[in-house]
Amino acid sequence: MLAYLARRVLYTLPILLGVSLVCFALVHIAPGDPLSSVLPPDASADLQRQLRTLYGFDRSYPEQFAIWIGRALQGDLGASIASGRPVATEVMRAVVNTLRLAVLATAIGFFLGGLFGFVAGYFRNSVVDKLASMLAVLGVSVPHYWLGMVLVIVFSSQLGWLPATGAGPGGSSDWAWDWAHVQHMVLPAVTMSVIPMGIVARTVRALVADILSQDFITGLKAKGLTGFGVFRHVVKNAAPTALAVMGLQLGYLLGGSILIETVFSWPGTGFLLNSAIFQRDLPLLQGTILVLALFFVVLNVVVDVIQSLLDPRVQRS
Amino acid sequence: MSDALVEVRDLKVTFMGGARPVRAVDGVDLTLARGEVMALIGESGSGKSVTLRQLMRLNPERKTHVEGSIRVAGEDVMGLSSARLTHYRGAEAAMIFQEPLLALDPVYTVGAQITEAIRRHERVSKADARARALALFERVRIPSPERRLDAYPHEMSGGMRQRAMIALALACRPKLLLADEPTTALDATVQIQILLLLRELQRDLGLSIVFVTHDLGAAVEVADRIAVMYAGRIVEEGTARDLIRTPRHPYTIGLLKSRAHGALSKGSRLEAIPGSPPDLANLPPGCAFAPRCPLAADACRAAAPPALDVGPGHRARCIRTEDAAGLLMTQAA
Ligand SMILES: Nc1ncnc2c1ncn2[C@@H]1O[C@H](COP(=O)(O)OP(=O)(O)O)[C@@H](O)[C@H]1O
Ligand SMILES: [Mg+2]
Repeated sequence: MLAYLARRVLYTLPILLGVSLVCFALVHIAPGDPLSSVLPPDASADLQRQLRTLYGFDRSYPEQFAIWIGRALQGDLGASIASGRPVATEVMRAVVNTLRLAVLATAIGFFLGGLFGFVAGYFRNSVVDKLASMLAVLGVSVPHYWLGMVLVIVFSSQLGWLPATGAGPGGSSDWAWDWAHVQHMVLPAVTMSVIPMGIVARTVRALVADILSQDFITGLKAKGLTGFGVFRHVVKNAAPTALAVMGLQLGYLLGGSILIETVFSWPGTGFLLNSAIFQRDLPLLQGTILVLALFFVVLNVVVDVIQSLLDPRVQRS
Repeated sequence: MSDALVEVRDLKVTFMGGARPVRAVDGVDLTLARGEVMALIGESGSGKSVTLRQLMRLNPERKTHVEGSIRVAGEDVMGLSSARLTHYRGAEAAMIFQEPLLALDPVYTVGAQITEAIRRHERVSKADARARALALFERVRIPSPERRLDAYPHEMSGGMRQRAMIALALACRPKLLLADEPTTALDATVQIQILLLLRELQRDLGLSIVFVTHDLGAAVEVADRIAVMYAGRIVEEGTARDLIRTPRHPYTIGLLKSRAHGALSKGSRLEAIPGSPPDLANLPPGCAFAPRCPLAADACRAAAPPALDVGPGHRARCIRTEDAAGLLMTQAA
């Protein structure tokens, strides 16, 4: 098991290198001068050159990449061009905000999706199944920003139960575990949860239907198991795949839905990416993408390891 | 009261839900004494598995229409309450399957699956249940049983898996063991070992066994009596000896003939006889075998023949058993 883990982690190193290379390249391939957006139009050529040297834009690409990676390994992602603050700090704050939202959304989505999926898989072609499947289809096909706006209109504007935007009272983005903060998460998290809910429901329905049609279910009944006794086996058989799907969904949501975070003015990674792109803030853009990619890769490893722990059929040798 | 453990009377199983109802079992009578072994043979699709599953009420009840009666140890199986049924399944009757890799849960160890069965039926501690599972593994002669209890099904060989499946089936000391082609998926040498094991267990534990097989040699080797199924009916039934020496139904004769000059070597399989099995959704009114039968007469096509005694404990569903005997003679010559 330990050897498996070590190997699995080792495999991610080339992936990480590739990811950072792509990340660097993508940002630099894009046309336009990164400094143009921060410099006044009438800036002197001298000032331009000075800034260019300061940010390292005068060096060759391989050099820039080496310097960037070298610093990144020490936790230094450079400074944002727009705000001048360290990129690492900005990204981490956004990531924590998005992570909080994504985890809650995935949890809601996994719980509801799993529930619908199980019921639908157990009672295939019944009314409950049709209803659950309809909800699942709606979940993946309804535009989330639209759903977000509807929720805001109903629960904030009309009913006034929940705040419409922001991550905390008074627009602060500092977090605390109290109702004043938690209530800000409710609407964006519910909106976001609709995506994993639909996908988890569909996956679990197919899984459960497949498991129930397998021979060993007859075997279980033949030894006297019924209802809950059989259900336990179905759950354990479905768990590895269902959890893997959940992990991947969490990964996608970590990228932060730009649309949802914009609708709710949620200071997360989607929001940050959005502004980095529009301000052509290269260090910020690079840093954000790198951190997100890193999270995704790590999450994949974690999902793989958990899956191999849960499913004895997965080869570990 | 007779000493019969199993008494099946006029069992009919019809699957609904398809375009047409499929009558997979069409009036089966079956009597099994305590400690008796019966082999059920016949082409695939003749309703052997459905009959076996119905003995444990394992056919999907919602889309199945069942008529007739099944009594096991004096109890009316079709009328069992759900609480009695769960007791019956496992503690009175148990089943082993053709492909143990598919019949065992892949994500639980075999040991866990056996202790689960024991604790489902009896109030024993986990440790005691495990000790019993270990004893069972020794009983079915699984080498290094302690270690194998913690193995997953996919980590065992086919023969070991089937032994584990047998251990699981015997975990709660059932009186009746139903075995659906228990050796079909195994290598020839392993098949013989499993058959010998089953026979040994049957004698030691006084089990009654119904086992389905394609292997006539195995049937003769292990069974006291043989029943031949065709299109959902038992067309001939008798002691293993009678059935092999003096078969009376043209289908049985066909089965025997299709083997190389009736040589009953173990492991040789039934060959298909000319023609194809009937469509169960569209059975002819008379004898279902008539379209393939060399002796079929108008009377055969008019009405399904009743089961007639052709000797002590030997019955055949055929009105031309006299001529059928001749059919065998011409072939043997
Ligand atoms: N659950 C089911 N639903 C519909 N038809 C079934 C079902 N189980 C078996 N059958 C049909 O019943 C017939 C007999 O099947 P089976 O008893 O498995 O044959 P075999 O003698 O090879 O074991 C087949 O035609 C099969 O298609
Ligand atoms: Mg079968």
